[in-house]
Amino acid sequence: MGGKGEWAKNGMIQAFLACNALVMLYPLAIMVMSSFKSNAEIFSSPFALPAGFDLTNLREVWTGTEFVRYLINSIVVTAGSIVLILLFGTMAAYAIARYKFTLNAAIFLFFVAGLMVPLKLAIIPLFIQLDHLGLIDTRLGLVLVYVAMGLPSAVFILTGFLRTLPGELEEAARIEGASEWRVMWQVMLPLARPAMVIAVIQNAVPIWNDFFFPLVFITSDDLKTLPQGLTVFVGEYNTDWGVLFAGLTLAALPISIVYILMSRQFIAGMTQGAIK
Amino acid sequence: MRRAGHWRLGAWIGVLLTPAFVVMLGFVAWPMVAAFGYAFRSFDSLSVSHFVGLRNFADVLFHTPYAAWTWRAFEHNVIVFVALMGLQNGLAYLLAFALLKALPGHRVHQVIVFLPVVLSAIIVGFLWKLFLHPLFGLVNALTGLLGFAPHPWLGDDHTALGSIIFANGWHWVGFPALIFLAGMQRISRETMEAARLDGATDRVLLTRIIWPLVAPSATIVFTLTFIGSFNWFELPYVMAGLDGSPAGATDVLGLYFYRTAFGSVSSGLQDFGHGSALAVLMFAFIAVISAISLRILRRREIEI
Repeated sequence: MGGKGEWAKNGMIQAFLACNALVMLYPLAIMVMSSFKSNAEIFSSPFALPAGFDLTNLREVWTGTEFVRYLINSIVVTAGSIVLILLFGTMAAYAIARYKFTLNAAIFLFFVAGLMVPLKLAIIPLFIQLDHLGLIDTRLGLVLVYVAMGLPSAVFILTGFLRTLPGELEEAARIEGASEWRVMWQVMLPLARPAMVIAVIQNAVPIWNDFFFPLVFITSDDLKTLPQGLTVFVGEYNTDWGVLFAGLTLAALPISIVYILMSRQFIAGMTQGAIK
Repeated sequence: MRRAGHWRLGAWIGVLLTPAFVVMLGFVAWPMVAAFGYAFRSFDSLSVSHFVGLRNFADVLFHTPYAAWTWRAFEHNVIVFVALMGLQNGLAYLLAFALLKALPGHRVHQVIVFLPVVLSAIIVGFLWKLFLHPLFGLVNALTGLLGFAPHPWLGDDHTALGSIIFANGWHWVGFPALIFLAGMQRISRETMEAARLDGATDRVLLTRIIWPLVAPSATIVFTLTFIGSFNWFELPYVMAGLDGSPAGATDVLGLYFYRTAFGSVSSGLQDFGHGSALAVLMFAFIAVISAISLRILRRREIEI
């Protein structure tokens, strides 16, 4: 094989991939470039590079709107949910994976069945439940729902991983007189870090990007998350395109940076749940 | 594994399991059970009122005005599913094949194609809404260069749904592409080399050799696209609004369910009874079709 035919074919494949990259990146490039332009400049020369690095729009988004508040809310809600998912998920997975007890299989099944449940369709009972608990329009209410949504996949991934760890380490630690707590915390869990990274990414991305649950549960402007806050912001600035593009750019920035730094883990984390 | 004999060990296991179990019970198991119960009741604003039997179901399926809205939304979901399977996932399959060759730069292309996937649908929706703007949008500026008259993409009921489907494809194509790629990478090198030595062209390779061997990936992509299409909400919400404008041309079950349960912009009326009936029907439809198609697709995986 090889020769001229192969060359031409590879050239075509490269051209195809390059076209695709252009379609993927060009809209994002326009978004970023437009955030440095005035309205007049956007409408008169939409494709051109900005005339200068004018930070007026970005400054307007940062100081003139509630953007920073929305950003902080998103960080607090996502971080809180992830910490609880990891904590509760690891505890439950460790019990299921490393101990024999009655109902072990049944409890595992109970958690895994949660993977099949589209929680969005249970939004009405969730709303009533949170209303009874006084948790409508609170960050805690949102966090609890996200924890419930994330636990099944976290328990599934972590149980699968913890089961593969050899028992010798555990036994050796026990013979030396370590308590069950120390066996778990100091011996076994440090080994489970790769599975934890997968569980974190798989849950953090959908929670960070979620719009549906805040839309239903959160009404106060001070508690809104970033995707939800964007809808408010777009309503207020709907004629000021420079500011709109600046807002979208700033909203896309945090997750894009983390993704580019950790693309391998992101792709593995987000597709692995589907492939398994 | 350690057997729980001693009571202290039993208590330790209990401590480990309790938090996760309580959250799942309160926020997954109970709401799912309650959702079914609510569908048979009428509501007095937020509180459960009396039992109405199957009336909520009959209303949303057969009676005016609900039935017309339900079936129109359902039809649009079917269109969305078929379009995404053909266009988005078809392109994803070709992209996966292009990436499989591992030509120079393929890692970068992999990162690029997945970049929109990590962004919120809200950002993607607003971005494309601006690009599709009839007067100042980028898309019309581009088609204008080619000599076409400006078109109100989201304002015309012939192109509105298609435009949102396109935005979905841009947002999401990287996901099925990388699932297909993972499937293709599991095909043994010998199989591929043997096919090539037999003189198989890329076309034959794609349709006769690779396609059957990535059947497990196809099953996943089909199932996830199906579930996603029938839960479609964020993109049409942002790009077309809660009423599925223009004139319901983009109304889908997700929007319709939300409007029914929590009230639309024009009427703040909450109707949890009919909303619950819709949720149960959507859940049952998705569960039954996914289960049947999974059975068929799994059998196909073994046969070919």
